Amino acid sequence: MKGLKIIVLAKQVPDTRNVGRDAMKADGTVNRAALPAIFNPEDLNALELALRIKDNNPGTTITVLTMGPGRAAEIIREAMYRGADKGYVITDRKFAGSDTLATSYALALAVKKLAPFHIVIAGRQAIDGDTAQVGPQVAEKLGLPQITYAEEILSFRKEEITVKRRLERGVETVSAPMPLVITVHSSAPECRARHAKYTIKYKRARSLSELQDTSEDYLQLQKDRPYLVIQEWSVDDIGADVEQLGLSGSPTKVRKIENVVFAGRESRLLSSSDDDIEDLMKELITNHTVG
Amino acid sequence: MHNIFVYCEIEDGQIAEVSLELLSKGRFLANRLKCKLEAVVLGDKLDNIGKQIMPYGADVIHIADDKRLYPYMTLPHSAIVKGIFEEEKPQIGLFGATSIGRDLAPRIASALKCGLTADCTALEIGNHTENKTKKEYRDLLYQIRPAFGGNIIATIINPDTRPQLATVREGVMKKEMLSPDHKGVVKNVDPGKWLKDEDFVIRIIERHIESRKVNIKNAGIIVSGGYGVGSRENFQLLYDLAGVLGGEVAGSRAAVDGGFIDHERQVGQTGVTVRPKLYIACGISGQIQHRAGMDQSAIIISINNDPDAPINQIADYTIIGDLTEIIPKMIKYYQKNTK
Ligand SMILES: Cc1cc2nc3c(=O)[nH]c(=O)nc-3n(C[C@H](O)[C@H](O)[C@H](O)COP(=O)(O)OP(=O)(O)OC[C@H]3O[C@@H](n4cnc5c(N)ncnc54)[C@H](O)[C@@H]3O)c2cc1C
Ligand SMILES: Cc1cc2nc3c(=O)[nH]c(=O)nc-3n(C[C@H](O)[C@H](O)[C@H](O)COP(=O)(O)OP(=O)(O)OC[C@H]3O[C@@H](n4cnc5c(N)ncnc54)[C@H](O)[C@@H]3O)c2cc1C
Repeated sequence: MKGLKIIVLAKQVPDTRNVGRDAMKADGTVNRAALPAIFNPEDLNALELALRIKDNNPGTTITVLTMGPGRAAEIIREAMYRGADKGYVITDRKFAGSDTLATSYALALAVKKLAPFHIVIAGRQAIDGDTAQVGPQVAEKLGLPQITYAEEILSFRKEEITVKRRLERGVETVSAPMPLVITVHSSAPECRARHAKYTIKYKRARSLSELQDTSEDYLQLQKDRPYLVIQEWSVDDIGADVEQLGLSGSPTKVRKIENVVFAGRESRLLSSSDDDIEDLMKELITNHTVG
Repeated sequence: MHNIFVYCEIEDGQIAEVSLELLSKGRFLANRLKCKLEAVVLGDKLDNIGKQIMPYGADVIHIADDKRLYPYMTLPHSAIVKGIFEEEKPQIGLFGATSIGRDLAPRIASALKCGLTADCTALEIGNHTENKTKKEYRDLLYQIRPAFGGNIIATIINPDTRPQLATVREGVMKKEMLSPDHKGVVKNVDPGKWLKDEDFVIRIIERHIESRKVNIKNAGIIVSGGYGVGSRENFQLLYDLAGVLGGEVAGSRAAVDGGFIDHERQVGQTGVTVRPKLYIACGISGQIQHRAGMDQSAIIISINNDPDAPINQIADYTIIGDLTEIIPKMIKYYQKNTK
């Protein structure tokens, strides 16, 4: 197959994996400053899958879509350094507070704006919200079939793609016609490193919000080299109904948030007495560590 | 109408463990809400399936028996479940947080424009007052789940949309048979009513599903044993504790070398790296090669008769004493305080 059009969905997330003991403030809230914003790990697997398709199918273009604050353009640049062709940041205050239903509504509209396309590739799960719901929900909103937990693309034949899926207790090989949505599992190949040529080419790619924060004159640069523009889309650009976004478009509400990390976290010494063990078990139940 | 629905998965002709656990929880919630518990099963050759489900308290079982419905495929299953939910209007729908449930439930939630909460660790019924409007909601499903890499626990509610959908992992809820004699009504569903040819565009070419395999990597709770456990027989204590807490059993290399447990459960530099929310190290000294595989655990409990064991330095709780005495007490007081 030649020249596919692939859309990769990628999210910028706080790095919740190596949460050190300084990641929680004394008052029990998340210390975001101690958590660097990163490219969601499984979205890098998704990008690699797209890049491999591109390697084998010259003429393929990869467009990265991310919804988030203006600085999420960082991950679009990061994707371009590795071989993606362009990207869009869907950004608007009206998106704030969106749950997975509202997020997938917005992403699906943005994907439709880029139609026609062959494949939408997402990560399986983002490491902050941790739901793994957005991929299948985008597929449903687009009325497309989905292949979740993809590990490897085995072949392309005519309009059909064959994919190996990684399930809890095994693997499954499935074939599906395009267009479709694929979500990628962390067992898929790791993403390649930045490519020197692309890194030089896209180093100065910027979104509009990023330009507002800089004194350098990028406008002339972007006029000369349009590929340095990372476009931003607002609610109006994707033609979204505001009622279906943000808090009003989100059926799930967070009623309460508790921190599971103990204040202080100093080590406690206990004896094997019944009282000590009962207190421990009660504490673990109360703070939801067990039960 | 407005009942609790559990989507039941089939594994080798049997109802999956996680589905039986959800039925048990569903029964409890149905009693609390004074509504019925209904099961939905989609598959092939389901003649005996009703008998497996009824003892867990289902009042109604919707069965779609069609050879095209096994193995699971996203589109046909979501078309039928969506169809049943649209007709029956459940207030709550529960799915396993499995490869199947997490593929299916988001599609249903998207189609029905309702809320879905992933990977719940507890489900409770409670009321809610909206902060701004002071509007009162009664008998909502509190969907309690870890997020942010397990660093926070959120209670999620869906005040205005129905059904309230949730997924739950295997081993989180307790499987409890209601009565071997409990009888429910079987309703045969005609899948043709909802299926279209396009629902079969994806073809399964090959499947290799292994029988249950150990997966300590993804376990939220790990009870790990070392050389200090002493024997393969004593390891049963650890399996018992892991069983009641819903965790997995792992071990140090010395425990593997000693033949107490299998290598696939070894944690450490030459084993698996784990990052559970709770790691209970029983009779493990905590050499650097072991710690490399578990020091990122959110909470570490060390049980050791040596106060100076190196593991204690990274433990949040250190219990000094004999593990054969301590572990049964942990089980006892866990059970006493959860129920
Ligand atoms: C504590 C907490 C708990 C929450 N619980 C729930 C819940 O139970 N149910 C619920 O509906 N919402 C929940 N949310 C909201 C949810 O986290 C957000 O809607 C989030 O934007 C998307 O969900 P996720 O991070 O789980 O993504 P996932 O569904 O895990 O993401 C899967 C893939 O979708 C793509 N993707 C996801 N978000 C974006 C994006 N913004 N831009 C581009 N691609 C993207 C990526 O490829 C990603 O790998 C919760 C939020 C918090 C803070
Ligand atoms: C290259 C290399 C790689 C290695 N890789 C790994 C690895 O991947 N994983 C790994 O685990 N190790 C690994 N090791 C081995 C590691 O160095 C240790 O030898 C091993 O972890 C020790 O296991 P242990 O703590 O179970 O045993 P021990 O060090 O013998 O500790 C037993 C502990 O049990 C306590 N105890 C005894 N009886 C009781 C009782 N009744 N109640 C309570 N406590 C009791 C003792 O006080 C002691 O602290 C590696 C070593 C090398 C050189």
